[in-house]
Amino acid sequence: MSTGCFACRHSEKPIRARMRVLVKRAGSDRLHAPLRRSANQSLRRGARKREHMNFGFSEEQELLRAEVRKFLDQNAALEEVRRIVETPEGFDRNLWNRAAELGWVGLTMPEENGGMGLGLVTLLVVLEETGRSLFPSPLISTVLAAKAIERLGSTDQRARWLPGLADGSKIATFALLEESDNLAPEGISLAAKRDGDVTLLSGRKLYVPDAGSADLFVVAFRSGSGPEDVSLAVLEKGASGTTASDFPAMDLTKRLGKLELAGARVADDAILGEPGTAWPSIRWLIDLGAALVTAEAVGAAEGALELTRDFAKERTQFDSPIGRFQGVKHPLAEMYVDIESYKSLTYYAFWALDEDEPDASLAVSRAKVYASESFPEAGILGVQLHGAVGFTWEYDIQLYLKRAKWLRPMFGDADYHYHRIAAVGGL
Amino acid sequence: MDFQLTPEEEAFRDDVRAFLDENLPAEEDREPLFMLEWTRKVREQRWVGFSWPREVGGGGGSIMQQVILKEEMAKRNAPQLGSCFMGLAWVGPSIIQYGSEEQKKKYIPEILDGAYQWCTGYSEPDSGSDLASLKCKCVREGDEYVINGQKTWTSIAMWSKMIILLVRTETEVEHKHDGITCLLVAMDDPGVEVRPIRNMAGGAIFAEVFFTDVRVPLENRLGEEGQGWQVTLSALANERSSISEVYGLRSKMEELKELARRTVRAGCPAIENPSIRRRIQRADIRVEAMRLNGLRFITKQLKGQPLGSETSINKLHRASLEIEIGELAMEIAGSASTLTRGADEAPDGGSWAQVALSWPDVVIGGGTPNIQRNIIAERILGLPKD
Repeated sequence: MSTGCFACRHSEKPIRARMRVLVKRAGSDRLHAPLRRSANQSLRRGARKREHMNFGFSEEQELLRAEVRKFLDQNAALEEVRRIVETPEGFDRNLWNRAAELGWVGLTMPEENGGMGLGLVTLLVVLEETGRSLFPSPLISTVLAAKAIERLGSTDQRARWLPGLADGSKIATFALLEESDNLAPEGISLAAKRDGDVTLLSGRKLYVPDAGSADLFVVAFRSGSGPEDVSLAVLEKGASGTTASDFPAMDLTKRLGKLELAGARVADDAILGEPGTAWPSIRWLIDLGAALVTAEAVGAAEGALELTRDFAKERTQFDSPIGRFQGVKHPLAEMYVDIESYKSLTYYAFWALDEDEPDASLAVSRAKVYASESFPEAGILGVQLHGAVGFTWEYDIQLYLKRAKWLRPMFGDADYHYHRIAAVGGL
Repeated sequence: MDFQLTPEEEAFRDDVRAFLDENLPAEEDREPLFMLEWTRKVREQRWVGFSWPREVGGGGGSIMQQVILKEEMAKRNAPQLGSCFMGLAWVGPSIIQYGSEEQKKKYIPEILDGAYQWCTGYSEPDSGSDLASLKCKCVREGDEYVINGQKTWTSIAMWSKMIILLVRTETEVEHKHDGITCLLVAMDDPGVEVRPIRNMAGGAIFAEVFFTDVRVPLENRLGEEGQGWQVTLSALANERSSISEVYGLRSKMEELKELARRTVRAGCPAIENPSIRRRIQRADIRVEAMRLNGLRFITKQLKGQPLGSETSINKLHRASLEIEIGELAMEIAGSASTLTRGADEAPDGGSWAQVALSWPDVVIGGGTPNIQRNIIAERILGLPKD
């Protein structure tokens, strides 16, 4: 960052307040174009002054990055992460509330519902940092569920649920997958039965992120026999006929669970949009979910590379730091090439999603393919280059390997996204 | 993040498109005489040397204008701008930066006009990746330099009129990067001998160049004596965003897909073979990653920061892609893929066999992949030097 861009830079005001100041400045002629653009829809195509193409971040976004990193360094170093993941919920409520206060959770939610109305590109900055520090929190789950409500929900539904999500008092998640582990519409078979003026849902949702701690579930269910006849409903935790719990799973920093429904009652005002028309939105949510987890993967992979690089500089064998040997330094260079490359693909995908570009879906799939294949390789390589200590519970590199393994299937593995690319891109 | 062009940039793009609409026929309609016309017109437009300052005859194009021009040209498979490849790529920029007024006046217009070719005398038999260890001897005698030594892997030496040459003017130096001087030498000077080297594809593009008592006037020195390494580095640092390379790879990938669509293997078009499809997709994704990496590099340049070692990222991608495309073509075309020009059965007239053997031009020239990995590991990751 070159010049001071606003007066309160060194104050202790939380980012959210600063962002608000910036958002309010949206109409001014200061050169905060990208932030302003995402902050204020009405200015999106307006006569704003732009400097030039910028495949990077605004000064405010870089400032936000620095603040997020500082917060995480101070409050959630890996030692602390290790402590947090052993607690029953797997994340720290206090840190979660503070993160929400800082605006991370409501960043992309509408202003009229307590959010900040900023674009996904700004959220990307936060996610790279939460990924880098393996910060355990239901941030992605909550943002994704909120996007479902924002996209399909009525004004009343948004007003009912979003403020609680934006301020962090409620946690939400998207319950999509089932036994079939199939992201296509036919993978959704959760049965719905009409009973008077309510719908009864029965069946199981699996691999539900943060199921154990979610207060709200956006649940995909089958509402008719047509192939794409699926709907979304919002279920509240503890409603009769619902049971949610987390699985024991490989990556302790990410919880995955199940939601069991036995005639769970859904009132009509808890169904998002017209029944049977949710598939295009679900499709979009899968893309968004894939983008969000890939953004975290970019930061996490950089964390893994940094850790391994530092180890290679310190560890001495044959009277030399092992990082001097080409057998060590070249694989690290390749890791860097791959990370920078799926970073570029991911950045573009976020921009394309924000702008609703026609190639957004394709862009997400390219990024997810590359990350799903490369990040696990980087994790494995990181462990290998550490030698025997890499295999211990005590060393941190294994935490990154587990995150990479978690990433691989999330919102579509490489195989799924290769097929998407062929279908969308016409191979 | 913002990918939209400013109104001024849009206006420039529209101008470029209008010019191309008017002056660039579809590929199949480009008559033999077309190139003459094209060369004259793009020169008049100042698109040759478009990034160079206007006062030396360049176009004074901004970074974004250069990107726009390259993209629009590549989209229509337009011919190269100018014909003096190395002159435009690094000899010219070095002369603009380090040359005397006389040198600028003498050489720059000829480079822009494509009057003749330049070649590059950097590598020696014992100085390849370790270029700074070069030994080609150069002694000052009165108002002349006398050169004795050998260069090798000198591309197009046999068709060049001039060579930009690195020589050692001082041997007793503490650091091997010192004592190197850059000279501009005429290839028809007495004592210069060129021996073409036949490559594994059967052709000869590069050559050995021998210097025996070659006498060069002092005013042919580029930069100060002993400053040659710096001159070279700044020339090589004249790196761009690799936009042209990306479009080159894209069109090769399209040709490859076309080959896979029309090649029937075991009763099925090769493009339907899942493993071929996967490899094509992987390559496509890497080409797109290169494009976006390039846009990030441009963003950095637009912010006024010079590009550094990160350009090695796309060089590594390009190296693997050039090799993979050749391999993939052979996997697609099967037995016929090994046939060369002259065989009726060779797909696309044997050009894929040529592709499969020509990758070293790109992969080795300008720094081998292992050198690129060293650059990243040492300069970006901060690992100790070997």
